[in-house]
Amino acid sequence: MAAKQRLVLIGNGMAGARFLEELTSLGGGEQYDIVAFGDEPYGNYNRILLSGVVSGTHDPKDIFINPLSWYREKGVTLHAGVRAGWIDRDSKKVYAPNNIGETYDKLVLATGSQPFVPPLEGLTREDGRFKEGVFVFRTLDDCSAILAYAQQAKRVAVIGGGLLGLEAARGLLKQGLEVHIVHLTAHLMDAQLDPSSAKLLQRAMESMNIHVHLEKSSTALLGNECVSGIGFKDGSRLDCDMVVLSAGIRPNVDLARASGLTVQRGIVVHNDLSCRNDPNVFAIGECAQHNNVVYGLVAPLWEQARVLAERLSGKNPQAVYRGSRVSTKLKVMGVDLAVMGDKDPRHEEDEVVTYVEPSRGIYKKLVVRDGKLAGAILLGDGQMTPRLLQAFDRSELLPESRSELLFSLGEQSQKLSVADMPDDTQVCNCNGVSKAKLLAAIKGGARSLKAVCDATRAGTGCGSCKPQVQAILEWAADGLVAEDPSVHYYVPGVPLTKVELVRAIKGQDLRSVSAVFAVLAEGREDAASKLGLASLLKTIWGKDYEDERDARFINDRVHANIQNDGTFSVIPRIYGGVTSPDQLRRIADVAEKYQARMVKITGGQRIDLLGLPKESLPAVWQDLGMPSGHAYTKAFRTCKTCVGTDFCRYGLGDSTGLGIQIEQRFQGIESPHKMKLAASGCPRNCAEATTKDVGAVAIEGGRWEVYVGGAAGSKVRKGDVLCVVDTHDEVMQYMGRFMQYYREQGKYLERTYDFVERVGVDHLRQVLVEDSEGMCERLDAEIQAAINAYVDPWKEADHPKHPAQFVRELAVVED
Amino acid sequence: MLTASETGVRIYNLGPLEQVPLGEGRAFLVGSTPVAVFRPRNGKVYATQALCTHKGGPLADGLLGGETLVCPLHAYRFNLATGQPVGHECSALRTYAVVVGPDGCIRLALP
Ligand code: SRM
Ligand SMILES: Cc1cc2nc3c(=O)[nH]c(=O)nc-3n(C[C@H](O)[C@H](O)[C@H](O)COP(=O)(O)OP(=O)(O)OC[C@H]3O[C@@H](n4cnc5c(N)ncnc54)[C@H](O)[C@@H]3O)c2cc1C
Ligand code: SF4
Ligand code: FES
Repeated sequence: MAAKQRLVLIGNGMAGARFLEELTSLGGGEQYDIVAFGDEPYGNYNRILLSGVVSGTHDPKDIFINPLSWYREKGVTLHAGVRAGWIDRDSKKVYAPNNIGETYDKLVLATGSQPFVPPLEGLTREDGRFKEGVFVFRTLDDCSAILAYAQQAKRVAVIGGGLLGLEAARGLLKQGLEVHIVHLTAHLMDAQLDPSSAKLLQRAMESMNIHVHLEKSSTALLGNECVSGIGFKDGSRLDCDMVVLSAGIRPNVDLARASGLTVQRGIVVHNDLSCRNDPNVFAIGECAQHNNVVYGLVAPLWEQARVLAERLSGKNPQAVYRGSRVSTKLKVMGVDLAVMGDKDPRHEEDEVVTYVEPSRGIYKKLVVRDGKLAGAILLGDGQMTPRLLQAFDRSELLPESRSELLFSLGEQSQKLSVADMPDDTQVCNCNGVSKAKLLAAIKGGARSLKAVCDATRAGTGCGSCKPQVQAILEWAADGLVAEDPSVHYYVPGVPLTKVELVRAIKGQDLRSVSAVFAVLAEGREDAASKLGLASLLKTIWGKDYEDERDARFINDRVHANIQNDGTFSVIPRIYGGVTSPDQLRRIADVAEKYQARMVKITGGQRIDLLGLPKESLPAVWQDLGMPSGHAYTKAFRTCKTCVGTDFCRYGLGDSTGLGIQIEQRFQGIESPHKMKLAASGCPRNCAEATTKDVGAVAIEGGRWEVYVGGAAGSKVRKGDVLCVVDTHDEVMQYMGRFMQYYREQGKYLERTYDFVERVGVDHLRQVLVEDSEGMCERLDAEIQAAINAYVDPWKEADHPKHPAQFVRELAVVED
Repeated sequence: MLTASETGVRIYNLGPLEQVPLGEGRAFLVGSTPVAVFRPRNGKVYATQALCTHKGGPLADGLLGGETLVCPLHAYRFNLATGQPVGHECSALRTYAVVVGPDGCIRLALP
């Protein structure tokens, strides 16, 4: 491999750091020795959250993206708190104070911008520093200074009524100051808003008690050491003891200019982001000027960082940046404002659609060009914002009826045809797979849904994008779509359908996962097939199943849910969501004793202790003295309940009692996928029973509707009524029958909402209610056997399956 | 094969193989280096860096299938023998030479 090149980055802000992330993730660390200069003495943080820091909604420590340690891990040498002072492009060297000198083969400039400070009389003191109480708003240090001073200030004036000024003003209001905004022109945010929307925005700000002063040109800051007011051109003045300057930004380009790079408003770059007059120097972010545009938002610089990383890492040497369509939201609590693209029509033919409702401060304006969204202002009502942002980003063709764009009429017009979907559209939002990536895979020979998904990881997250992937496949593979046989296999690693597999397993008496691989897969063990086989073998053999722990996912080895940091979450069973002071006390004690990072009420009417290390699990369970809630596994999870006849004035049935009975009966029953139940005391359905895998709803006349196949997760589906019965026992009998049938007939990881749709509710009624196949008795017996075989997995706290079952790390002494 | 003569390498005794359940992996802190040791059912033993190159998942908690390791967090796959990524672009895992001695103890070499 060739000797490493040297890559030097100047500017460790949002663009610079994002570029490093992208580059290292593309293996750039192997090709380059990477050195970065960052003027700010930190790793790097999310600048756009500074508004939140000022308003107190974010703690400074929460806005960091990469701490200094990250740079070490990635092998990046970071000169933190060091300002690069001079670039010598002949010797390809960057110089900085304390005679630091770094040579480069490739140089990336991401120096961002700095606040524009208007020439105000009396701005500074003799020593050249700002007067006491005068601040700019750009960095974390600025924020800390602002917050500190705000404690003792009373009246602050923010100079500049743009996006940033307004966010600063709102923040300072939350700090308890009297806030004034001083703005040069006749309306706020004039860069993004038209007069009418600006007026409404002004009203919204004023209704929060922010005083707005328009057409005021500030000329002087009053006071000697400390600021005491602002003097205006028209002779008037505004008293205040604090001033925040937010009058726009200027790109940091001095360094580039001094080194002879072409600089206009920003550093001029080509589509490959290299500087006009030096192919080895690149610029990204707010300091760069790409075909006459200098951006002031993050979205464009993320695209730039990506493109440059792909080029320099060699991942995609042809990658080019073609400019961005910018949109932004005002992060001011209590004001819902989103703007994108042009605020006004530009051509004769442009079509303008507006809806105004002054009383409620609602203003919606769309600029439509060639049937596409060229710009929009959305104030006071955000319900359509996501839809319009998408239409704008992807330059979708808009539906004929414009009203669909102003008001949500349900799900319609969401689907955009895959053909005119731009290539960079993200199709799989879980794994960030674009249409382009999918097309590449298809060109590369992937001809079936499975092949495309394997090649790109699309659809391997929540799976909700699979239909779209399929559509793209069919569209792009022009007729060549192959139905690959493996989609019919029960598990990928054993070439048999479920029926064939079950027959083989029973016929050859295979009771363990390893035995199946040995006999049916020529000894080839396939990790991806283990879990499915384990679940199948268990339903076939019951207690005679030979349980090999290595065929379980980690969650099922330690009976807890693994977290993104390798710790685990513990959810004890709380029958029907009904707890007691004693239980709560024990949970609280455990949470404190083992320092759970978070104690959370779950969506399943119980309590989650999050962030516990593996080795503490057994002790946690023992101290809790409560059974497992199985929140980590494919099994019966919970039965949500409502208060029902016990308390509710509408209650028609004892939903709480039923729910508790159900949960006691079916707890921990394994199944192809998780089963979540609920029991509601009347059709108001407060326990959401109609959108659960299995649910019961009490109706007039003391009867119960039994629902199956409901869902309200990644997919929403109203369950079908299986039957209507009179007693709790009957409810549980039919529920049990359905569960057993699902356990036998369902595919691994097939949730009931898919299962019920596949077999059809009519079929289910015949088999499970009319007993058309005479199997009800057997089903009832089988589920009863499964119930009898139930043991609380948390008992393994006392009898671990293996001495190292809960060990996280075995330390070692040297030989 | 493992010999102390390998330049610069240091050899550690991780103790009996049985500490690692058959078909699973376990993490060890070797000196100051976290290492994951795997004992798939193919009878071999492998050792890699302890944390996934994707997002730091605890690899010892992963699923094994022959020479393939599946990370518990996002199911990215790696080849145990070479450390190479399988079907994704994250960088390869560092692997370490490891053998089970006649005494049934795991011996691991750290560069
Ligand atoms: C803890 C909890 C969120 C919360 O804080 O409330 C939760 C947490 C997780 N859910 Fe959930 N779900 C939780 C309630 C829900 C609910 C609401 C409910 O249960 O009433 C739903 C919608 C109903 C449903 O199940 O469909 C829900 C739909 C999902 C889905 C989508 C399933 C689907 O097919 O639609 C997944 C992904 C999956 O199962 O493949 C999922 C997966 C997950 C996992 C296990 C992801 C994973 O594998 O790590 C999350 C674990 C987080 C962690 O680090 O521990 N979670 N999840 C809730 C635990 C409920 C409980 O007490 O057991
Ligand atoms: C309070 C606030 C709120 C914002 N809200 C939003 C929002 O809601 N949405 C949005 O899209 N955008 C928002 N922005 C704008 C967004 O933060 C910027 O577009 C983005 O930070 C630009 O990134 P950058 O890397 O180009 O510049 P920066 O993030 O400013 O990074 C440049 C870095 O380079 C360093 N540097 C400069 N010169 C040198 C040198 N010679 N040597 C070493 N280091 C140097 C600087 O210290 C700085 O750390 C907001 C900005 C602020 C201040
Ligand atoms: S808890 Fe559920 S919804 Fe929340 S992030 Fe995890 S899987 Fe997604
Ligand atoms: S951390 Fe290993 S796959 Fe994500």
